[in-house]
Amino acid sequence: MARDGSTVLRVEHLTMRFGGIVAVNDLSFEVKRGSIAALIGPNGAGKTTVFNCITGFYKPTEGRLALQRGDPALWNALEDLTDSGQRGRVRPDGALFLLERMPDYLVAQQARVARTFQNIRLFPGMTVLENLLVAQHNRLMLASGYTFLGVLGFPSYASAERAALDKARSWLDRFGLIERADDPAGILPYGAQRRLEVARAMCTDPVLLCLDEPAAGLNPRESAELNELLLVIRDEYAISILLIEHDMSVVMNISDHVVVLDYGVKIADGAPDAVRNDSKVIAAYLGVADEDVAKVEAEVGL
Amino acid sequence: MQAGAQDKRIDVVGALRGAGFTGLIAFGLLLPLIGFLTGVNGSNQLVLTTRWTLLFSLVAITAAGRFIYSFALAPWLARRAQRPAISAPSARLAHVRKWAIPFAIGFVIVYPVIVVVTAGPGGAQKWIDNFGIQILIYVMLGWGLNIVVGLAGLLDLGYVAFYAVGAYSYALLAKTFGLAFWLLLPLAGILSSFWGILLGFPVLRLRGDYLAIVTLAFGEIIRLILINWVALTNGYAGIISIPRPTFFGIPFNATDHGFAAVFGLEFSPIHRVIFLYYVILALALLTCFVTVRLRRLPIGRAWEALREDEIACRSLGINTTNTKLTAFAMGAMFAGFAGSFFAAREAFISPESFTFIESATILSIVVLGGMGSQIGVAIAAIVMIGGTEIMRELDFLKQIFGPTFDPTQYRMLLFGLAMVLIMIWRPRGLIATRAPSVFLNERKIISVDLVKEGHG
Repeated sequence: MARDGSTVLRVEHLTMRFGGIVAVNDLSFEVKRGSIAALIGPNGAGKTTVFNCITGFYKPTEGRLALQRGDPALWNALEDLTDSGQRGRVRPDGALFLLERMPDYLVAQQARVARTFQNIRLFPGMTVLENLLVAQHNRLMLASGYTFLGVLGFPSYASAERAALDKARSWLDRFGLIERADDPAGILPYGAQRRLEVARAMCTDPVLLCLDEPAAGLNPRESAELNELLLVIRDEYAISILLIEHDMSVVMNISDHVVVLDYGVKIADGAPDAVRNDSKVIAAYLGVADEDVAKVEAEVGL
Repeated sequence: MQAGAQDKRIDVVGALRGAGFTGLIAFGLLLPLIGFLTGVNGSNQLVLTTRWTLLFSLVAITAAGRFIYSFALAPWLARRAQRPAISAPSARLAHVRKWAIPFAIGFVIVYPVIVVVTAGPGGAQKWIDNFGIQILIYVMLGWGLNIVVGLAGLLDLGYVAFYAVGAYSYALLAKTFGLAFWLLLPLAGILSSFWGILLGFPVLRLRGDYLAIVTLAFGEIIRLILINWVALTNGYAGIISIPRPTFFGIPFNATDHGFAAVFGLEFSPIHRVIFLYYVILALALLTCFVTVRLRRLPIGRAWEALREDEIACRSLGINTTNTKLTAFAMGAMFAGFAGSFFAAREAFISPESFTFIESATILSIVVLGGMGSQIGVAIAAIVMIGGTEIMRELDFLKQIFGPTFDPTQYRMLLFGLAMVLIMIWRPRGLIATRAPSVFLNERKIISVDLVKEGHG
């Protein structure tokens, strides 16, 4: 199921309007299974809006957002599912979901799309370990018999909690946070909080991990460590990653695929090297018209 | 050294200026309220008297209080604010914690025995009923509201509504259908939690102040229904002669089938009081046990996570709607238990018992105790409710202030003062720490400075 070249997320004709403002306009792209895709663009290009649409925090004005896990043959059922008006189709060998039809918590719970936030959203008064246990809420809830068996102290819950603790411990080990497990999340240094947020997202067993500027505010060393971790997540756990990033060292070093947005419109889509040399992308980042790029580059000495 | 001396001098000037300003405001406010007194003289004429001494002494007290605050208290508070955010519990404190709770539980269990032995059966009734039972009802209500406010961070100003639902459920069902207390107790809890969910649905989208206003209105709606639906509730007059709870079928009366006769004792009203004390003690301990248990279950962690960051909860697949509703339902259920106990104990209920001041009292117990802290809430309930009751006992004050002096009339004034002082001393309540629900190596106590209060 790992990198077989099949698609995990398909975004088609996504449009998001807020009143008269078109934040995202007719955006289409795909994320391949077990790959790292980057969504880049100047400030205000609509990157986070795309994330909010994918994770169900916004209802898109138009468009289809399809996510599939398991057997890629399920993609054949896409049109059928769209016409049926249902949210998704779950079979023993996989599942297909239409994310635009699901509320945010179901996108995380059923479609298994995990996300982090641009401005870190941890539970600051709870310990690092508790943060990771909250992320495993749904499985533990089931094991505690929706609380009823748990209150009565049934052993099924105790074993489920032990498993959840083991999982949390293994991710803390991976992210170098095991020493801080019993500290409140709010006192961790900034870089550790960023890592913890990714670790917490990983505890939900995601199919697709959406990271909103994971390297923002990290120093070059921390940023390089994060790159390593993201590659481990992709290669060892075969989890697809979609990330928004401004740090070009992260984007160019680890992404397999880059999508560039400008004013809500896709202006480039391809391998990192191709995108880097695209004149439209350079123009968008420099904030000038296409034909003036050469002149401006000469001025700034590129 | 020089710089320090200079700071000190500036402090004094600033404190004096602040005190003068406060004195001026106090003068402006108190001049019409205290300074002038209108009355009627012997020939039925309106006369105006002035009370300058009283006015100026009050202004002086206010200014002096402000001076002491900004000169001494504020620097001390600033120093305190710099303490570390986490701390390993010190050995001595851990020792106290380990023994304090079993000791406290042991004490409340033997409390009626101690009182009966020391005060005799006649004098004991007051101490068990007015102090023991009354405080335990509020401890239980505080623990129940703590789930909603302290854990889930949902500010509920209408909590007394669920208490009323529990009380009226018991009263009406017991009088109409003659059902037993032990059957109606869980039923009242279920009905209350049903009303909790009913309140929960419309307020799910509201946050913070808006939530507080709607819950306040809900509490008033319930009270107004109780007043105006006379056919069902008998309005202001209330419901009288509600059946009293029995000792598993044996009534507490002087007949041959009564408790005293069956157990070969001499009849005394104290038997019922002691029985009620143990019932409410068991109910309160049940509330505490369930809450402590829930905190370690996924639902409890989800409540606390909801208080910390609702959006992050949703991104982790937590159904925040259900989580909020369960918090409302749980809190309401315990209020329902307490309400049905209240109705059974008093044998009379009327809407007078379920006014907003009750909600405010319960909420201030939770806030003073420290939101989310079981022990803090219990201590706050003892102080607030026990404090009210003890003021009735301060008869010696009459010898100082004259026979017309009634200390209970100063209750609210003293509460206000105590609350201001405690909020200065401990802005986040008596127990301003949070104990993690789970740990890998050691349980570190988290300062409440890091914990969010929740905003809806």
